[in-house]
Amino acid sequence: MITIEIDGKSCQAESGQMLIDVADAAGIDIPRFCYHKKLSVAASCRMCLVDVEKAPKPLPACATPVMNGMVVRTRSDKARAAQKAVMEFLLINHPLDCPICDQGGECELQDIAVGYGSDVARFQELKRIVPDKNLGSLISTEMTRCIHCTRCVRFSAEIAGVREMGATGRGENMRIGTYIENTIDSELSGNMVDVCPVGALTSKPFRFTARAWELQQRDSVSPHDAVGANLHFHVRRNQVMRAVPKENEAVNEVWLADRDRYSYLALQADDRLTAPMIKKDGVWQTVEWETALKFAVKSLHDVSCQHTSAQLGALASSTSTLEELYLLQKLMRGMNCQNIDHRVRQADFSDQDVAPLFPYLGQSLSDLEQLDTALIIGSNLRKEQPLINQRLRKATLADRGLISEHVKANMMAINPADYDFNYPLKAKITDPSLIKALASVAKALGADIQAESCENGQLIAETLKNGQNKTLLIGQFVQNHQQASVLKSLISTIGKLSGSKIGYLAESGNAAGAHLMGVLPHRGVSGKAIENKGLNAQQMLTEGLKGYLLLGLEPELDSRFGATALETLKKAQCVVSLTAFKTPAMLEYATVLLPIALFPETSGTYINGEGRWQAFNGAVSPAGEARPAWKVLRVLANLLQVDGFEYASTDDIRSEIGSFHLETPIADNSQCNPLPNTFEIPTSNELQRITEMPIYAVDAMIRRAGALQKTTDAQKSTGIVLNAQQFAHLQGHDKIDVSQNGQTFELTFRLEETVPQNCALMFGGQMLGNWDGFLTVGES
Amino acid sequence: MSNSLLTPEICAQIDKWIAKYPVDQKQSAVMGALTIAQDANGGWLTQQWMDEVADYLEMPKIAVYEVATFYSMYEHKPVGKHKICVCTNISCLLRGSEEIVEHLEKRLGIKMGETTPDNKFTLKEVECLAACCGAPMFQIGKDYHENLTPEKVDDILNRLE
Ligand code: SF4
Ligand code: FES
Ligand code: FES
Repeated sequence: MITIEIDGKSCQAESGQMLIDVADAAGIDIPRFCYHKKLSVAASCRMCLVDVEKAPKPLPACATPVMNGMVVRTRSDKARAAQKAVMEFLLINHPLDCPICDQGGECELQDIAVGYGSDVARFQELKRIVPDKNLGSLISTEMTRCIHCTRCVRFSAEIAGVREMGATGRGENMRIGTYIENTIDSELSGNMVDVCPVGALTSKPFRFTARAWELQQRDSVSPHDAVGANLHFHVRRNQVMRAVPKENEAVNEVWLADRDRYSYLALQADDRLTAPMIKKDGVWQTVEWETALKFAVKSLHDVSCQHTSAQLGALASSTSTLEELYLLQKLMRGMNCQNIDHRVRQADFSDQDVAPLFPYLGQSLSDLEQLDTALIIGSNLRKEQPLINQRLRKATLADRGLISEHVKANMMAINPADYDFNYPLKAKITDPSLIKALASVAKALGADIQAESCENGQLIAETLKNGQNKTLLIGQFVQNHQQASVLKSLISTIGKLSGSKIGYLAESGNAAGAHLMGVLPHRGVSGKAIENKGLNAQQMLTEGLKGYLLLGLEPELDSRFGATALETLKKAQCVVSLTAFKTPAMLEYATVLLPIALFPETSGTYINGEGRWQAFNGAVSPAGEARPAWKVLRVLANLLQVDGFEYASTDDIRSEIGSFHLETPIADNSQCNPLPNTFEIPTSNELQRITEMPIYAVDAMIRRAGALQKTTDAQKSTGIVLNAQQFAHLQGHDKIDVSQNGQTFELTFRLEETVPQNCALMFGGQMLGNWDGFLTVGES
Repeated sequence: MSNSLLTPEICAQIDKWIAKYPVDQKQSAVMGALTIAQDANGGWLTQQWMDEVADYLEMPKIAVYEVATFYSMYEHKPVGKHKICVCTNISCLLRGSEEIVEHLEKRLGIKMGETTPDNKFTLKEVECLAACCGAPMFQIGKDYHENLTPEKVDDILNRLE
């Protein structure tokens, strides 16, 4: 520790720390544009010039390491003069028309100009003009306003990991952009809007819809992946106008994935359900809540009277809040029914009794940055968990984005398709069954199994053995695999033999909560085993029950069974759907639609993949007649005469949940079925289907966020992807016929090297057959 | 995609540049590679050429665009057979580059930045080429011509094919 003096205040600092960081920590404000605490130092704008004793000229605080005894003045005449001069130069080419700029009122340039600039412009000449670019559906540009701080360029190189932005030309002709007409396709692209200090890059959906000073800020938590990113909703007149990150170093740092940032657009979706509806004698009608609730209760009651309560089933989305999930299972169990589940994408339930308490990351999010070795198994990580991938990228590369960038951790992947990673992989195996690959690694580590060895399997085993801080990360392809239990046994074995932690990548921001609350047929709250196990999601959606209660779920799109689920639901006597949206499919199978609030409209709690509880309040009131689902469940329970539903608020529910003491839940991720000695790998001479739940289809809200649906990622998650060599002969066709289990679909297709031979990659979130199996393709 | 522009001969030339730098810093060869590409394409670069250089050196395409647009010796529009780069920076200006420019424009019938209709000459204004001792000067191809006078300019141009 050393001591320096800034503006007369004595400050403690690490030697070598940059002056600006020390000043920030001491609460001393130094103006800046190019400096950003999460990005490399460019020191190009010179706005942070300060007066350092014994230095002949002012020094940039962002690029000046502190030394013991340094005396710094940020407001001396010398400092002021320098700052004022820089400001004047920055404004030479910047338009002085803040009233018509979207950033007006929250612009770093505007603020600093007020504080440090001069009151009149002396520049008489013409200002330069820079044409705008089309960067896609999320970011608008007004490049004339760009001050060349290069924050966006450094963000794309260092954090997003895809160098999409650059500075071309030089001097007066320098321009920030993509040079050629190119969209920004990073899954983290929205952060560029935040890092841009001026109105050059702004949020396209938000642009020109509100002024910063009209907005009220409300905190919330995003449910779309295992991170549970913290965010602020900016609200005007009871409408969410935009979402921006809320800094939380332990969770999302200062970033948001585009999914977290733009999902609010679904609040205004065209198919939003704003009033209760019932289907009476085959005709849908909009009714009062009371009528709808009574109708729902009667139809559920009828099922349990005419049949048994075992003919009822409840399925929930794991993006529901903890409180909602808790009430749902309490209601069902109060009716003596154990058919409760949320695992609608899972195919193999054979290890559910021994499975870990919840899909635990096995470590904290920030721990991921310290890893020196990781094996990613069955995950298109960049798209599945954008911010977790960002942490791994940090672990992997030192000096990211710079010429001195180098690899400091060994990342490896075993995936069904050759997915793109934005950091180097030491080894990878691309194998659609995953089993062979994992078995070869386990065998190389000394497991007593029959397996073919392979070179990469050896390398992975070796690397894991040599690693110090190491983990195995289990993605959606493993969790939803037809032989998931076998995969998990293999992973557990690999974990044990190599001494690696095992981490699950939870599919949503409250999958952990759904497990802990016992939204499962075989476990109650806190994982307590249930004696008379109920039916799992697969059984409920394929075998058929008389009555269903759905919570925030569109089984035909959310589950792996698509059209089968739809058919099953259509046959039911009653389907009570607590939903925020109304779809044609729902109108076919449901009998009652009860409009519920989306997460920005309700209070609740989410438990993220690291087991962190994060409570939030509603930012706006629910659309139309919609009500928070917990209230709807409470009234349903009251009307069904199930005891113990006298809650006045989510706090009441939370304190009841509190009695289970789950605040710091522990899951043993090594728990699994015993490892078989030999493995059965289904084969066929047809194409093996691989199904990915794509980034912008993961839940009902995301599927309705219009701007996200227009991104390249969304456009690429349609149709079918085939191996480029094997299907080169299809080149030139628009569409092909794809047949699976006797059903045929006409689909667009792409040919790519990334999909292995004899495989076909398809995408979830659509009604296109079941998620796995075999299929044939032919010219249509 | 059309066939690769980087023929084995071009790749071999680029490899010579790559060999001059540490093995993990291929991108250091970018300027040499762009020059080779530009020469192979008749004096100017297209996006496809830049993209192929980027792929060959395993660097982001935008990083190649940055280099290719920063340095004035790279052209992004077709140029004539002879590109005359006239220095108009301070030393040359003091020593009469204005007269040289005027003479060139008159003789060729084009303005700075333009190409003659027969595609023989392109005129380009450049900054100091570090030959101030011989100001005024211009560069044609790889050759510097110093201490220019209108007569000397005529003489040089007359001798060009
Ligand atoms: S667009 Fe914004 S962030 Fe990027 S260089 Fe310009 S001012 Fe900086
Ligand atoms: S903030 Fe220090 S030079 Fe830009
Ligand atoms: S000023 Fe012309 S060569 Fe230096």
